[in-house]
Amino acid sequence: MRQFARTPLAVAAAVAAATVLAACGSGFDDDGDDAGSEATGATDGGGSLTVMIGSSGEAETVAVQDATARWAEESGTEVEVIPAQDLVQQLQQGFAGGNPPDVFYVSPDRFRMFAEAGSLYPYGDQIEDADDIYQPLRDAFTYEDELYCAPKDGGVHALVIDTEAWAAAGLTEADYPQNWDDLAAAAQALTTDGRVGLAFTGDYNPVGSFLLSGGGFFVNEDQTEVTADTPENLATLEYLKQNMDAGTFAFAPNIDAAWGGEALGSGKSAMTVEGAWIVGALQNDFPDRQWTAVPLPAGPGGQASTAFTNCWGIAADSDNQAAAVDLVNFLMSPEEQQTFAEAFGPIPSRASLADWNAETFPEKAAFAQGMENSRTQVAVPGFESVLADFNTQLEGMAAGTVTPEQALQALQTNGEAVLAQE
Amino acid sequence: MTATVTREASAGRTGPVRRRGISGHLRQERRAGWLFVAPAVIVLVVFLFAPILMAAWVSLLDWNGQSSPFSGDAEFVGLDNYRSLLVDAGLLRGDFMLSVRNTVYYVLFNVTGVVVVSFALAMVVNSHVLRGRSFFRTIFYFPAITSSVAISVLFLFLFQGSGVVNVVLSWVGVDGPSWFTDPRGVLHIVLSWFGVDAAPGALAETSLGGLSLWDWFSGPSVAMCALITLTIWASSGTFMLFFLVGLQDIPVELEEATAIDGAGAWQRFRHLTLPLMRRSIVLVVTLALISSWQVFDQVFILSQGAPAKTTLTPAYISYVRSFGDGQFGVGAAVAFVLFAIIIVLTLVQRWVGRERRA
Repeated sequence: MRQFARTPLAVAAAVAAATVLAACGSGFDDDGDDAGSEATGATDGGGSLTVMIGSSGEAETVAVQDATARWAEESGTEVEVIPAQDLVQQLQQGFAGGNPPDVFYVSPDRFRMFAEAGSLYPYGDQIEDADDIYQPLRDAFTYEDELYCAPKDGGVHALVIDTEAWAAAGLTEADYPQNWDDLAAAAQALTTDGRVGLAFTGDYNPVGSFLLSGGGFFVNEDQTEVTADTPENLATLEYLKQNMDAGTFAFAPNIDAAWGGEALGSGKSAMTVEGAWIVGALQNDFPDRQWTAVPLPAGPGGQASTAFTNCWGIAADSDNQAAAVDLVNFLMSPEEQQTFAEAFGPIPSRASLADWNAETFPEKAAFAQGMENSRTQVAVPGFESVLADFNTQLEGMAAGTVTPEQALQALQTNGEAVLAQE
Repeated sequence: MTATVTREASAGRTGPVRRRGISGHLRQERRAGWLFVAPAVIVLVVFLFAPILMAAWVSLLDWNGQSSPFSGDAEFVGLDNYRSLLVDAGLLRGDFMLSVRNTVYYVLFNVTGVVVVSFALAMVVNSHVLRGRSFFRTIFYFPAITSSVAISVLFLFLFQGSGVVNVVLSWVGVDGPSWFTDPRGVLHIVLSWFGVDAAPGALAETSLGGLSLWDWFSGPSVAMCALITLTIWASSGTFMLFFLVGLQDIPVELEEATAIDGAGAWQRFRHLTLPLMRRSIVLVVTLALISSWQVFDQVFILSQGAPAKTTLTPAYISYVRSFGDGQFGVGAAVAFVLFAIIIVLTLVQRWVGRERRA
């Protein structure tokens, strides 16, 4: 008798265990991928979108939430905005699990990986007034001649100058550097005991802007060949090295600053090369610093800079693509771009707003100038490790253990290895 | 056992329903046993063994994380990921060998440091002389319950070029380095004091895994030393508890007996405490060894492998390759090689620390 009575008990135990597991299972899924489960929910409800953003802070999150709420009121489609803790990782989880958010930020260096895998829905032909968006920004999100997503903002590197130090060195506005010789001379004039003339983060981004001004870059236009080991790039690195040896240029970490903004703000350097994000950082952390931003001086290759942008990606797996495109077009409208610019400071990606931007935010004008001559970050998947290695080579160059030739040769070899796998 | 007894008793009361042999009993008991451990086994299989097998499968794929790895979309590449990690000269192997070198030094100094410090702390809070012992036990355990993120950020400030550590050093006339940006290996620095600035021929020419012996023998970089200090400080509280338990197991009579026999404090420590504490030491070394090889969070927050890749660790490479470059196959392969390294070293360490018959 007893052993029969035990059977229900066994069944009950097994069911209980299974329930616990199932609960754990779904709980785990929720933790890892809120957006994903919500996105699936969209099919059931038939009228909601999830938007995942890599937010810079409260201001940006609120601005996006408000804007999507305005659209939701018009369209009747519900929108949930999810500020991701780690956008890249959460997106990957969504894609791998087959339930990504409908709309999300995509950066140029991730774009190609998503596009190659067919994870993005290409809606370039449905963007309203797409020609108004700066060409280099559109190029950043074009894969195999197809524009995949709408660049939501854009900005370039500019030369940020400590105006007090500038005046103290006997320089005037007429002396703002126009070319590399001017820059070297100004840096020399500004260098004092405990302060270098020009300091910037010693990574591939600002150095990439110098490479562009020098007439070179890491890869060719369509990113199919590595063009690191060229005479133009060598000349650029030698220019930097020469001035670093002279003590007038420095990488921020070598003068005990985490990045260019900190170097300038704390007075350890009188000039730096940074993007528009420095504006907020200086206002918050170093409100007393008097500064101005001017376009990067032209190098042997003319005036050029790296552009930074993100686009509104739409998932190929989204069940509500039409609504998502509609939402993106709403967010891309000049009015909404202006609202965003006022709320948390991104520079509009539409050329027609350039004048408005320059008038409304004169301190940011330089970060939008020369957008036409800019290039965005390398998009080749797997290049992150290659460029990280180049950072290490640059550190070595600053320390004198690596020559500019060696740095470029290593970059060439490593980059070619990655492109060969493509 | 209790269940068996009750069952037999009740079976006797209600009379034999059916004659069962011993083997039937055994089988039933075995079934009951499995039933009781089933929840644990299922959890282990679903959350541990299955993911390990899945990861092993991923390590054989060229998978970019954009689809399900079991859908057949990802190309099967066999052992290619392992080959580019261990055999083929290239960036990946270079990075991996650097990370192994870094971690070897990290493990060496961290395990030694943590054992010495936590043992000393345990001796202190176990000593009968100390007043307010429970207060100090709590205090020493604090770092262990603090978030490693908070600790890492705190250390970032402490070890800044103009941070507290360097200010204190300057009081004694030492010009401190900018810790987290100094890529020089400490052995190289020491050698340079004796005029050895470049590699002697033999060391520069011989290489192992694409890294010259001179580079293998660099010692931990200055930045890595700061990282090691952090880990020792943060984890010694936990290990102190392990030692404390061991120390409290030592019978007081033994200590009294040795004292009566005229043994000094050092002799008591060397010939009584240490031998009796061997099991605790082996345990702490094993745990510290495993966690050191897996070091990730401090690197992720503090340095991301900089300066000059001297704080790069295998776990961090696995993460960057997976989520940075979208090469999840490579990331998984790194994890498995790390797994193998840890298994081998743990076996070696257990063999060294095994109980020997006197």
